[in-house]
Amino acid sequence: MTTIDIMSLYPKDMNIYGDSGNVLTVTRRLALYGYEPRVTAYNQGDDWPDHVDMILGGGGQDTGQKKIIDDFFRRADLLRTLAADGVPMLMICGMYQLFGEYFETVDGTRLDGIGVIGAYTVGQNVRMIGNLVEHSDDFGDVIGYENHSGQTFLRDGVRPLGRVDADGCGNNGEDHTEGARVHNVIGTYMHGSLLPKNPAIADFLIRTAVERRYGAFEPERHQSAAQREAMERLNAIAERARRVAASRPR
Amino acid sequence: MTDDVRNIRHAAWNAFATPAIGKLVRVAARATRHGGSAFPGKVVERIDPGFLARTLAQLPLGVVLVSGTNGKTTTTRMVASMLSDLGLRVFTNPTGSNFTRGVVSALLERVTLAGRLDADIAVLELDEAYAVHFVRQVRPRYALLLNVMRDQLDRFGEIDNTARLLGHVAEATTGTVVLNREDPRIATLADLVCEPGAGVRYFGLSDDLRSFFPSDDDMATTVAVEGDGSADDSAGTAANGTADDAESAGARDARDTSAGRNALPADVTLTRVGDHEADFLFAGETQPRSTTVRLEGVYNLYNAAAALAVVRAVVADAGRIVRPSGKPADGFADRVHTFAQSGTDVSALLAAVAHVTPAFGRGEVIDVNGSPTELLLVKNPMGFRLSLASFPPTADTDTMIVINDEYADGRDMSWLWDVDFTSLRETGVKQVSGVRAWDMALRLEYDQVPVGAVDTDLDAALAAFVRPDPAHPHAPKHIYCTYTAMLAVRAALARIADVPDAGVGK
Repeated sequence: MTTIDIMSLYPKDMNIYGDSGNVLTVTRRLALYGYEPRVTAYNQGDDWPDHVDMILGGGGQDTGQKKIIDDFFRRADLLRTLAADGVPMLMICGMYQLFGEYFETVDGTRLDGIGVIGAYTVGQNVRMIGNLVEHSDDFGDVIGYENHSGQTFLRDGVRPLGRVDADGCGNNGEDHTEGARVHNVIGTYMHGSLLPKNPAIADFLIRTAVERRYGAFEPERHQSAAQREAMERLNAIAERARRVAASRPR
Repeated sequence: MTDDVRNIRHAAWNAFATPAIGKLVRVAARATRHGGSAFPGKVVERIDPGFLARTLAQLPLGVVLVSGTNGKTTTTRMVASMLSDLGLRVFTNPTGSNFTRGVVSALLERVTLAGRLDADIAVLELDEAYAVHFVRQVRPRYALLLNVMRDQLDRFGEIDNTARLLGHVAEATTGTVVLNREDPRIATLADLVCEPGAGVRYFGLSDDLRSFFPSDDDMATTVAVEGDGSADDSAGTAANGTADDAESAGARDARDTSAGRNALPADVTLTRVGDHEADFLFAGETQPRSTTVRLEGVYNLYNAAAALAVVRAVVADAGRIVRPSGKPADGFADRVHTFAQSGTDVSALLAAVAHVTPAFGRGEVIDVNGSPTELLLVKNPMGFRLSLASFPPTADTDTMIVINDEYADGRDMSWLWDVDFTSLRETGVKQVSGVRAWDMALRLEYDQVPVGAVDTDLDAALAAFVRPDPAHPHAPKHIYCTYTAMLAVRAALARIADVPDAGVGK
């Protein structure tokens, strides 16, 4: 049996912009590739499962962040180790910020992150909100929607997920970067949800998880004709949805 | 800011002319089809910023402000209809035009040229952000705060922030604040009620009904633990107990807070829901009372509890008004007296509930080519979920979904991923349309809901959808629409069927 263990990180308190759509996308695609996805919802106070192949984290409100923060720091060493070992992770918005070094709020208070990503975030009063397209070398155009007030700055040498064309959007509205990539961890402000309309990123997470666990990603060995057909239909619809989304006003 | 100062100075000399100017703009706007129903309000807000407060201050029974994420329009309609049935003259903004300028526009329609408003009380629906803007100008005597759900987060930021906005309304209310006991973010606003003499009433649910009406916090755990997507397998693929864990965590939370909630006495409790009927338990009585309702959807039965609670608050106050001698002979004193008497009769209250008809786009059934066609407005994940749960498709129901992403709909499509569409797997969705038809189709495909056709061209999609099927000539139809999609669907249907005038800026 070719099981893949996916962890949904703090879905109770960090899941505000349809982030569960990312979990659904990964599980459905894994199933259509002929693997057996097994999802664990990890909330504060839960036992950490024996095995994790992929971790997905979402955005949250200030109150959500406060609720998870103690537990999150208890798990910080574990998360840093898993990231360094190459476990694929997707961290959206609030969890992206918490995976960075720190967040400094508008009034100057500094909240620590766990430092997996060499980035820091500074609060500002203006929110960056709207449809966004970014260009990524590995994934082509990444299409989504951003909604954040923190400005995130990457340390020298940290690779962004992609580049944006205009000022006033992306990580900080200034340097035209968006998101970050460290090991196999992707941090980003993009939701919409991200993965349904960006199957290239979903498949990167899936391939990495499968290769780490089973040595090779071989959908052709597991996939039925019906599953292949369903996947082609999904990808065709995603392509249409991407084209429309990319054409919409900010 | 300098604009405001100048405007206020102007108001001193030009205020007398505001009703006339406003009415003129209204007529001109209608004639030229320019700017929609709120346009005259926009003009008057600029030339006479004091118009709103000055006009509403004439109301002897004050203002009832209704706000919250879901159910504002229908609940406002219920409250206004009930107060009117019980004998009051009611001013309301009935078109779902829930910004302050919409209220101003509606007022312009009602005031005399001398600026007189012939009404005893106003019932106003206001969007959460505009409610704050409104209470800075006019202190409501009553506030009915329904719920806070994830809705248009791109406009308000966060739901806790939305709750804070409603907190300002609670603070500004001078009489009774009516709160949803079952929504923790709303119930806690009782702490903010601070005006001297102001009080709080709750409406609530009996224990066994809470599962019908999940609060926002109950949503996070639902989609995240979908196994491989197939309904039968989902429990199996979450074999390590994930689904159970998530469920029990949610249930644990609900129990923790429900103990606290039950400690709060509700003035009106919804104790049973049926097909177009419900039971309500009133404070001070031991047995629930039954009534029929003409509104669609189980959530409107809970909105009826909310409406009943606020009407009872108005009745209680009216009962304390001493009948003055020598008051102007406009009949106000008589009306209030009658109102206070009939309002204390529970069967009269329930008759008023039974009499309320659906508001525009809130569960209306219209006849299209011989098929009963239900128009369902969906604005946010919880509303969409409640709508799907309230109107389950029968085997022969045709379903269409129309999703737009204009400002009034919300530009962010993330919300579609917070709705569980698996209940549509059996019947499928015949047509998907709207600007974001392909986003919707993608969402349905991931939930393995069969989709007949996808077409971003609404007219073409709608024509195909309502074309009579010889095999099922009278098959019922459901059309789920976002706000601007609803307007477009009505306009399109009006060309092919008999559709009542929506009264919304055409």
